[in-house]
Amino acid sequence: MNPKTKTQIKETQVASLKMLADMLRIRHMEEKCAEVYGAGKIRGFLHLYIGEEACAVGALSALAAEDNVLATYREHAHALMRGVPMRAIMAEMYGKAAGCCRGHGGSMHLFDAGRRFYGGNAIVGGGLPLAVGLALADRMQGIQRVTACFFGEGAMAEGAFHESMNLAALWQLPVLFCCENNLYAMGTALARSESQPDLCAKAASYKVPAVKVDGMDVRAVHETTLQAAQKVRANGGPAFVEYATYRYRAHSMFDPDLYRDKAEIAQWKQRGPIHSFTTQLKAAGQLTEADFLVLDARAEAEVADAVAFAEAADLEPVSELLRDVCTPAEAL
Amino acid sequence: MKITYREALRLALHEAMTADPRVFLMGEDVGSYGGSYAVSKGLLDAFGPERIRDTPLSELGFVGAGVGAALGGMRPIVEVMTVNFSLLALDAIVNTAATLRHMSGGQFSVPLVVRMATGAGRQLAAQHSHSLENWYAHVPGIRVLAPATVADARGMLGPALADPDPVIIFEHAQLYNMEDALPSDWHCDITHAAVRRPGTQLTLITYGGSLPKALQAAQELSGEGIEVEVIDLRVLRPLDTDTINRSVRKTQHAIIVDEGWKTGSLAAEIMAQIMENCFFELDAPVARVCSEEVPIPYAKHLEEAALPQVPRIVAAIKEVLHV
Repeated sequence: MNPKTKTQIKETQVASLKMLADMLRIRHMEEKCAEVYGAGKIRGFLHLYIGEEACAVGALSALAAEDNVLATYREHAHALMRGVPMRAIMAEMYGKAAGCCRGHGGSMHLFDAGRRFYGGNAIVGGGLPLAVGLALADRMQGIQRVTACFFGEGAMAEGAFHESMNLAALWQLPVLFCCENNLYAMGTALARSESQPDLCAKAASYKVPAVKVDGMDVRAVHETTLQAAQKVRANGGPAFVEYATYRYRAHSMFDPDLYRDKAEIAQWKQRGPIHSFTTQLKAAGQLTEADFLVLDARAEAEVADAVAFAEAADLEPVSELLRDVCTPAEAL
Repeated sequence: MKITYREALRLALHEAMTADPRVFLMGEDVGSYGGSYAVSKGLLDAFGPERIRDTPLSELGFVGAGVGAALGGMRPIVEVMTVNFSLLALDAIVNTAATLRHMSGGQFSVPLVVRMATGAGRQLAAQHSHSLENWYAHVPGIRVLAPATVADARGMLGPALADPDPVIIFEHAQLYNMEDALPSDWHCDITHAAVRRPGTQLTLITYGGSLPKALQAAQELSGEGIEVEVIDLRVLRPLDTDTINRSVRKTQHAIIVDEGWKTGSLAAEIMAQIMENCFFELDAPVARVCSEEVPIPYAKHLEEAALPQVPRIVAAIKEVLHV
């Protein structure tokens, strides 16, 4: 075994442990959100990502810092993976001035301009045309960059999906369409909302290369996204990835979850992304139970710190209510 | 030398495209066809297909892409054929362009300009003729402009592009062929209304395609010794209430001429603001001349009957003044 290969193995192990650690961070953050929501600390809509962690972790770790990322209203994990501090995310959900959007956006509207994270969009499919425009701007300015746009399978029934796929393919723009297929558009199952439930076939009809990956397998997600992003970078044109995944929690905190079979949920939970990846790493000798407990405790500590920060943070003064509706005259 | 409103718009586009490589024009048939109202005729040859970009019939897609391109550092001008078609892009404008700055806590602004034709008078019936300016003027986060003169058609685009927030420009379809001399200084701000005709007895407030009608009514009444002040709003959001108040306090009478339907109209908003600000200085109830509450019909005589016309404006002025 040459030294380079050893280094590669080490790098793979480090990357794997990082992905596991990130999934744990997301899981603990989301569970804490549910808990403090119950205590009335977070209000409004709250859409949890529990069960889908492998998608954001695997996909976003395959992108570059200079890439653009757009996400949906179920985007806490994407913001976190993009590097938005958990403190700023939690404070935003608490409606505090220290939140990443000063408490103006809340759970569904996390943004971070510096990290090229364009939200946080609560209109299903709303981010898709924006992604096309961002990619167009890059093309026109000669900037080499991928614009990754996350959306759920429900968005594929929207006109915005059709129009955006058509534009991106017609103009050969560097958009990576990332469809997180968790099988339910709120309470409506895929088969009840799409005449063509094969989402890749639908995407391919626009002459966009399309691939489906097991969204519960973080390594597969990472590899597939990496390849798709490379294709976009190399060819300039769009690509489509379907992540087959499942949310363990209801659609939002208001959802009684009456439309899913409990056995179906239990079945998907057996394929849990954290559990299965942990098992794999242990079998490969890359993780011990002690290692796992360290990562788990670290994630819990980060969440506790974020909650303490959000609790202690100040509210935006009401005098700032009308701030940021338009650019202030003095800034013009 | 006289030029048309259309030519003034084209000159402004040409200048903006020349001055700033970030500016580009995108919309249905803006390139090869030359623009559905021929505003962009010739620009494709001057600037090429990357910057004079024909789009498919995808209002939501290309207006949304305009929002994205603005976020990405460009200065897009998106042309939508008519305000009726812009309803297919309302999500991109109202839910996204107008909200991003606020939702993101001030991190993003959307320097997007959307141009669209509005208004009736060309027998295009009920899906090409409506005046929905007030739908947009209702929404915080966007600026709404209505050039009603050749000079404003020439001058408004520059400051609209310089605005870091989204701007919507309504071009009245009846004005494209209007000719006037372009004044040597056509530069304008996009914050103030303009007094187009000074007067003392009544303030006639209007915008866009109704301005020529209001001026004609004022001209006719001047012959009868009635001096009407005509205000062109120019900016429909945010409204220049100072100019309105100053005039109404002077004349103590006000009428709004608005091609929108009366119910829930911009005219209604202006009337409310006059009540709030000038109630005790008024000598008569504020009145308005609006479109009849009907989808704009095709037949010429019916279309004319549905819209504010000079005789209706004259009659309304006489009624308010009791003459």
